[in-house]
Amino acid sequence: MSVTVYVPRDSSALAVGAEALAEAIQREAAQRGVDLRLMRNGSRGLFWLEPLVEVATPAGRIAYGPVQAQDVPELFDAGFLAGGAHPTRLGPIEQIPYLQSQQRLTCARIGLIDPLDLDDYLAHGGYRGLHRALEHAPEEIVAAITASGLRGRGGAAFPAGIKWNTVREAPGNVKYVVANADEGDSGSFADRLIMEGDPFALIEGMTIAALAIGATQGYIYLRVEYPHAHATLERALATAYRAGYLGADVAGSGKRFDVEVRLGAGAYVCGEETALLESLEGKRGMVRSKPPLPALRGLFDQPTLVNNVLTLATVPYILAEGAEAYQRLGTARSRGTLPIQLAGNIARPGLIEQPFGISLREILYDYGGGSATGRPLRAVQVGGPLGAYVPAAHFDLPLDYEVFAAQGAVLGHGSIVAFDDTVDMARMARHALAFCAAESCGKCTPCRLGSTRGVEVMDDVLAGRQVETKVALLRDLGETMRLGSLCALGGMTPYPVLSALEHFPEDFTAAAARSRLG
Amino acid sequence: MTPSAWDETTVRRVIDAHKERPGALLPILHALQAEFGHVPRGSVPLIAKALDRSRAEIHGVIGFYPHFREQAPGAHVLQICRGESCLAMGGEHLAEHAKERLGCEFHGTRADGAVTLEPVYCLGQCGCSPALQFDGEVYGRMTPARLDELLREKGLV
Repeated sequence: MSVTVYVPRDSSALAVGAEALAEAIQREAAQRGVDLRLMRNGSRGLFWLEPLVEVATPAGRIAYGPVQAQDVPELFDAGFLAGGAHPTRLGPIEQIPYLQSQQRLTCARIGLIDPLDLDDYLAHGGYRGLHRALEHAPEEIVAAITASGLRGRGGAAFPAGIKWNTVREAPGNVKYVVANADEGDSGSFADRLIMEGDPFALIEGMTIAALAIGATQGYIYLRVEYPHAHATLERALATAYRAGYLGADVAGSGKRFDVEVRLGAGAYVCGEETALLESLEGKRGMVRSKPPLPALRGLFDQPTLVNNVLTLATVPYILAEGAEAYQRLGTARSRGTLPIQLAGNIARPGLIEQPFGISLREILYDYGGGSATGRPLRAVQVGGPLGAYVPAAHFDLPLDYEVFAAQGAVLGHGSIVAFDDTVDMARMARHALAFCAAESCGKCTPCRLGSTRGVEVMDDVLAGRQVETKVALLRDLGETMRLGSLCALGGMTPYPVLSALEHFPEDFTAAAARSRLG
Repeated sequence: MTPSAWDETTVRRVIDAHKERPGALLPILHALQAEFGHVPRGSVPLIAKALDRSRAEIHGVIGFYPHFREQAPGAHVLQICRGESCLAMGGEHLAEHAKERLGCEFHGTRADGAVTLEPVYCLGQCGCSPALQFDGEVYGRMTPARLDELLREKGLV
């Protein structure tokens, strides 16, 4: 009888040796004359365990990890194909507490299925949402999204239903659905996990959105730094076309919807929706002034729905299970679940999808296991490179959009990057400004010039030159950028800078400069 | 990819294959870079004519995006992730080590033209920090020693 073994094809697993591992397993099986079926799943998102191998047994899928190619002969000797004992054996995958305790709705299928096998997708609830949507009028689909409480997961957290309704009601014969897959925030990888591990979820979500707003063309604007996601999406799209889920007659509905992947070219600012649209039109990724809203005049001046990958990938669940199933989870105005991405200096980095309301402390210690280095955690940056630094004293904050906003912080796309007590927060502040200077589109002055002046000011602070004057200047500059910039890049760069200054003033002193210079 | 020499017929073929697509410029630039390893300067007037846009505009777009190159890079490209997650895990140290080993700064190429060193703002491999990319292949949990090992494997030291 054939045994099924799962080795992830996710690029993070490949980055730590999954390809060599997959080859070693096949070679060893051939040598031993074992009938083995190798399946390439996505990653479960338990990154400290990658490469993570699973073996299908009568007792469920048994996990081993982290496993390297050189461990393979030993694993065969230990009878891992029957779930045998070995130092890397983790037990049934679904019972690993990190995974078992999660509520995966958006990311339910990643790591579970073969991302390129449409039948596997269908067998795990795929396209149920679309079929449900086809039974309803467009306004009813929008009403379900509104009732679910889903907010844009790209960072701005704008209510998805309101955006959808604006595009639906906008006059125009041509409308577009654009998936923002320009996941440039450091610490973020959930979009990538979806695109590499469950690409049909994104395609289905876009299709439902198209039905709701009356669009016939969709674009996935994908960052060029994700070649594996690109390859997976192209193959998934081709499969969806062949199966009649895209094209002239979506699932026999008589409605047309086409989707195309377009690659970005390394500009972070193109994650901002208006810069993204400029880029899709073949221009420099310069931020547009709003109004007009992209919902009314977006791509090629037509009404356009721009949503993040996670937002769109959540849509099938809401349609299939009902708005109430999603809405009953979460806190005040932060409904449903958030796929949290835990990274940086942390013992157990990974994807943690939980309802809003979970605290940073639970994420960092119960899941993350503290720092990777074993030293105390000093700060975490939540919400990407433009997110605020949160000190250890605030680790009890619950993940909730409004609670974070009240603290001068953001949840952003749900990434959390941890730092131990060796971090120099003045250097991190300089890094944020240098990042902004490198990535500014140049359209507005506070961002274009402010970031460069900010780097100079921070160089003085780091070197201990006129520290008090320069720190005052830094605060002033931060306010100017926050209030005067056209988009979130310049407008939010002050978040990491000023939060570092506020919570870690001891790193911005002449004494700190002296010890830095040794 | 093996970069090929300037060849106007190929450039015209690539442009023609994409010029009718809405927002054709980025697809054209990507296709040219896939073909030549960079966007040859001589293609700018041809693109401008095909898309009915000015040469300055085409040049401006190429210059805006860090991914597009106007000159051929070294035989290999090494990109070190500069994201905060990688910095939290020794990314700065890794970058300094790479610069020292290759004898060049970011955006520079080793004296023999073998490797171009570039910063990249996040490879999305934050769960396996620090990360780097070598000719499009991703490597996670890197250390200076593992980078040396990789350069040896590739016959570069």
